[in-house]
Amino acid sequence: MRGPSGAGKSLLLRALADLDPNDGELSLDGERREAMPAPHWRRRVTYLPAEPGWWAETVGAHFADWAAAEPLVEALGLPAASRDWPVSRLSTGERQRLALVRALVQRPRVLLLDEPTAGLDETARDAVETLIATRLAEGAAALWVTHDAGQARRLARRCLRVEGGRVTEDAP
Amino acid sequence: MSYIQLDVFDLALAALLVVLNGALSIALQLRLERQLFIATLRMIVQLFLVGLVLTTLFTLVSPGWTGLAALAMVLFAGREIMARQDRPLAGLWSYGLGTGCMLVAACLVTVFALTTPVQPEPWYHPRYALPLLGMILGNTMTGISLGLHTLTTGLVRDRVAVEAQLTLGATRRVAMLPVTRAALKSALMPIVNAMAATGLVALPGMMTGQILAGVAPGEAVKYQILIMFLIAGGTGLGATAAVLACGLRLSDRRHRLRLDRLAPARE
Repeated sequence: MRGPSGAGKSLLLRALADLDPNDGELSLDGERREAMPAPHWRRRVTYLPAEPGWWAETVGAHFADWAAAEPLVEALGLPAASRDWPVSRLSTGERQRLALVRALVQRPRVLLLDEPTAGLDETARDAVETLIATRLAEGAAALWVTHDAGQARRLARRCLRVEGGRVTEDAP
Repeated sequence: MSYIQLDVFDLALAALLVVLNGALSIALQLRLERQLFIATLRMIVQLFLVGLVLTTLFTLVSPGWTGLAALAMVLFAGREIMARQDRPLAGLWSYGLGTGCMLVAACLVTVFALTTPVQPEPWYHPRYALPLLGMILGNTMTGISLGLHTLTTGLVRDRVAVEAQLTLGATRRVAMLPVTRAALKSALMPIVNAMAATGLVALPGMMTGQILAGVAPGEAVKYQILIMFLIAGGTGLGATAAVLACGLRLSDRRHRLRLDRLAPARE
């Protein structure tokens, strides 16, 4: 999904995750969103904001099961020792990757990704793309906001364009 | 009972101390004399009026008038809670929630004190009911306003962190818990500190008053301990109810954070 800044891309992702009041009709595998508790929905349809939030001091405290997270952390080029790192010292790129792992360990069916590689160098970007591509191959879906035309060509099956509050089909 | 009565001359003599302050302010060009004068005047007028009201209520000993006075106290305290918020709830909630929780907590604790430990005859005798309510109300008011202030400013400041937990499927209770905890901590800190420091750092006002009125220190101490328990109970109940209710109001059934239900930030 592409479009100029301020066009409403993040708002759309937030609405899909049911984080703001909205009156769209959504269902996942035939099950209506309103039919299940919101926390349940968000564990299956997980939104990853461009600047993810942190609620504890260390990285490890944000993971219920670090053992499950460790292979993903390493696949994204971060050491296992990052578990003990204080969040306040993480760089933007480290935050983005660790927040992605935090979401992926819960095995969501749908990922709502808001520029997940914006702060990353090429190596890290490729690692993120590979990891998500694996999940997609396993049957997950992703709605991915990017400003990078190359990334859209590499990964997208469909391209959407958001402009002036309207969503239209876009050429890849 | 050895009780020394004061006459107008005694007060006038003591007022010289304030006059001295005013003279200093003029001499040193501090420009405080005007405020000092108004505050002194307000204190004299307000206290004499309260004295008159209490004298009348004490002769009437009527449940209706006593209740009315208590209600007026609660409503004034509710205004005070609202005035101390940087980001109050929007609309009537801002006044209603704090005042409602305070009304319930302070009245419950006061009625409990009057019917169980103190037992005046009749139980609603204003000589006991109003001072007790006043002390409980003052502290509950402080607790609730601190708690609500910390909760609302904390949720605004930590919005991203709270929503991070929500996006991962946490319930609103879990996601807001760090802020809720901080809010209740700041609400209860004054009474916890007061209990820990009382007697060592400062002699509590009510106990000092009873001692000046001729009550034996041992008896005054017992009353003070009772009051501290009542204050702790009222503050705890009121602040917990207010913080939890405000947390519910600032989220919804779909476990969303609803900061749009706060009044716009003040300039």
